[in-house]
Amino acid sequence: MIENLNKVFESRVRLGIMSILMVNEWVEFKALKGLLKVTDGNLASHLSALEKKELLLVHKEFVGKKPRTTYNATAEGRSLFKKHLSALEALINKEK
Amino acid sequence: MDNFSKEEQLQQLSEIRSLMERSSRFISLSGLSGVSAGFTALIGSAIAYWRIEIHTSAAGGYSRYSQYTNSLLLELIFIAIGILVLALSFGAFFTLRESKKQGQSIWDKSSQQLLGSLLIPLVTGGLFCLLLLEHGILGMIAPATLIFYGLALVNASKYTLNDIRSLGFCQIILGLLNAKFMVVGNGILFWTIGFGIMHIVYGIYMHYKYK
Repeated sequence: MIENLNKVFESRVRLGIMSILMVNEWVEFKALKGLLKVTDGNLASHLSALEKKELLLVHKEFVGKKPRTTYNATAEGRSLFKKHLSALEALINKEK
Repeated sequence: MDNFSKEEQLQQLSEIRSLMERSSRFISLSGLSGVSAGFTALIGSAIAYWRIEIHTSAAGGYSRYSQYTNSLLLELIFIAIGILVLALSFGAFFTLRESKKQGQSIWDKSSQQLLGSLLIPLVTGGLFCLLLLEHGILGMIAPATLIFYGLALVNASKYTLNDIRSLGFCQIILGLLNAKFMVVGNGILFWTIGFGIMHIVYGIYMHYKYK
């Protein structure tokens, strides 16, 4: 079970990002920032790390003149995150 | 992961759950808004009942819908609007207070989705009731308000606390019962149970459940 714990998610911010993307279709950068209460730079670096691993998709568009960036978890990202969660849960239960 | 203590892992899990809830559902509904809406409805029903009594007894006893004069109908409509405005203001007040406590924004994607899913059945129901009024089918107005309100709650429960769903079903059943046993003066009784008593019971239950 322990081997399912994924190094990619070893950060509070990344765990947070994936949790939000699991239950929402497309989430804006601003919404993520508000929910996670982190700085732009910090959030952006974690997002791009997850994007590189192909765990999430980035979508950029213009609404009027303002750019809007939204994020969506990939199937791969969802399944890895689920495995990570079950592993975390199993670990806690074992230590009880 | 081995370097995380058990408390840290537990805290991670609870944070994950909280983020999932806060990002997809509007959970800052307060039980107190239910209670206040219920009491407003009770007071409103009492006033409406009293006005109907006065008008119909002046017309000679027996209340029949055909005896409802335009001035009485107008009064009842004003009472209904008054209740609605009061109940909504109390609701907004308690919700605002709760959202500050929960640290959830009052105007985000989840609250917009909640409002949208509530408003579609509610506005449809409101227009439908105006048409019933126009055609003089007064006995069906109370059942229709209960049914459409129930549908709105069931619809909106996807975007807020799940408990709202069962409250919605109760309102729908009550509305259908009212439509089945439609006797003059019955509507106000069902209406008092649905909007008054059920809101209060539910509000108290929610208040203690989420305290």
